[in-house]
Amino acid sequence: MSAIKPAAMGSSLTFDVQQIRNDFPILNQRVHGKPLAYLDNAATTQKPRQVIEALTRYYSADNANIHRGVHQLAERATREYEESRIKVQHWINAADAREIIFVRGTTEAINLVAQTYGRSNVGPGDEVIISALEHHSNIVPWQILCEEKDARLRVIPIDDRGEVLIDAFRELLSDRTRLVAIGHVSNALGSVNPIREIIRTAHSWNVPVLIDGAQSVPHFEVDVQELDCDFYAFSGHKMYGPTGFGILYAKAGLLEKMPPYQGGGDMIRSVTFEKTLYNDIPYKFEAGTPDIAGAIGLGAAIDYLAEIGMANIAAYEEELLSYAEKKISRIDGVCIVGTAAQKASVISFVVDGVHPHDVGTILDREGIAVRTGHHCAQPVMDRFNIPATTRASLAFYNTREEIDRLTAGIVRVKELFA
Amino acid sequence: MSELNELYQELIIDHSKRPRNFHRLEDPKRTAQGYNPLCGDKITLDVKLENNHIGDIGFQGSGCAISTASASLMTESVKGKTLQEADVLFDKFHSLITNDKADASGMGKLAVFSGVREFPARAKCATLAWHTLRAALQERDTPVSTE
Repeated sequence: MSAIKPAAMGSSLTFDVQQIRNDFPILNQRVHGKPLAYLDNAATTQKPRQVIEALTRYYSADNANIHRGVHQLAERATREYEESRIKVQHWINAADAREIIFVRGTTEAINLVAQTYGRSNVGPGDEVIISALEHHSNIVPWQILCEEKDARLRVIPIDDRGEVLIDAFRELLSDRTRLVAIGHVSNALGSVNPIREIIRTAHSWNVPVLIDGAQSVPHFEVDVQELDCDFYAFSGHKMYGPTGFGILYAKAGLLEKMPPYQGGGDMIRSVTFEKTLYNDIPYKFEAGTPDIAGAIGLGAAIDYLAEIGMANIAAYEEELLSYAEKKISRIDGVCIVGTAAQKASVISFVVDGVHPHDVGTILDREGIAVRTGHHCAQPVMDRFNIPATTRASLAFYNTREEIDRLTAGIVRVKELFA
Repeated sequence: MSELNELYQELIIDHSKRPRNFHRLEDPKRTAQGYNPLCGDKITLDVKLENNHIGDIGFQGSGCAISTASASLMTESVKGKTLQEADVLFDKFHSLITNDKADASGMGKLAVFSGVREFPARAKCATLAWHTLRAALQERDTPVSTE
């Protein structure tokens, strides 16, 4: 990609953020008369021209239903759809493309596991372990399951920095544990969880582990074989792809034993009124016409990210996050919530005496888009005894100048409320 | 910036920092709870009725400047009013923050909320206390939600 330039000296790569910004048409606009500073990337990321063009191209030239027709368009659509599966496979280094299930997003991926693996493996008195950092989508599906099965939901506590307490986790594991479900990166605080250790420890009890990767995959390289996780769920729209499309990775051995999720077309081999034979994986879990364009758009997003290089993205974002944390923490009366040693992308903060909603409104008038509220993680807010935070979340198209504007915006908030 | 100054007028900042009637009543006739799930604003409202008048009113809770100031100014403006007068005032208030052509006459300090009009996302913050008041007067048991 042209945006990447070898450094003048040395072997490390650097990239030109201005050139990258040119790939994102939406960034080039004014909001309330100010240039847009989009700092709400943990909610959803913007889409590069390459993704938008892939969607347009698909609908303009190749649109057809997949896995059915013998005509030319159906063949093209099917080929592109399945090529995306292989791109995802390589992207997270899965052993087999059949381990990639296309779903609507992280939420559906987790619900799928709860309703299939969970319902057939969790019984009365059994336990499912999650952490106190989870997004509601990695809490509620397990609550529904535990209620139905008379099982118990256990929660790994966190400390004041927003790090999970690994010793407490070890104590929660028992021969009643049937599954551990934990986020890779916290959407509310940005903490990177020690999932290698969690997976290793859970496996020593023969307990499988589901990782909610919604906030990790956009920011650094993920290798599911190296992690040895059993399930890995993520969303396309948080990694520069279209909304409404996501991925469930699961080890083939587990998928083969799991009952289907939804019934319908494409997930069957043959249907009679007496007996239906299910299709092989991954199709057993993909009932009905999927979001074909979504798959193709995500494939384009993966190509785009691969060209820039996740190592370059991670290095740039890490530097920007540390710059932002330094600047924000220097403002009097502002407190960053979540100070884990390992963090990615997210700065959650509170301003003394000012509710986050007021902060959000004032920043919006400066053209700065941040998220305010509980971030679908009410237990995290309760843990810190706050109703809400203001959250700035970064992507590799953000700049130091935007961070400076955010800082100035926070100072303006304090002035208005002085 | 002028729209922001319209929204966060001195009176609103003052009432958000030092809300009036910010306490529970000892023996309220009516109590209701309001909740804005979007931003987590919570309010508990107590009303004591005296012969069809609002004799005393108090609230507690947590919320943004707009919802806190709105609850505070609401309690001031409905105290002593009849239930019918309070109801009419709610309708006028609702119109004030949603309708460009609304008439703020006779609304006293509540007119300060006309700036909310320019911030549609914040209308729910401004009306939470009023919806809760209506629930309390109608003796509804389920908490009011803005969603």
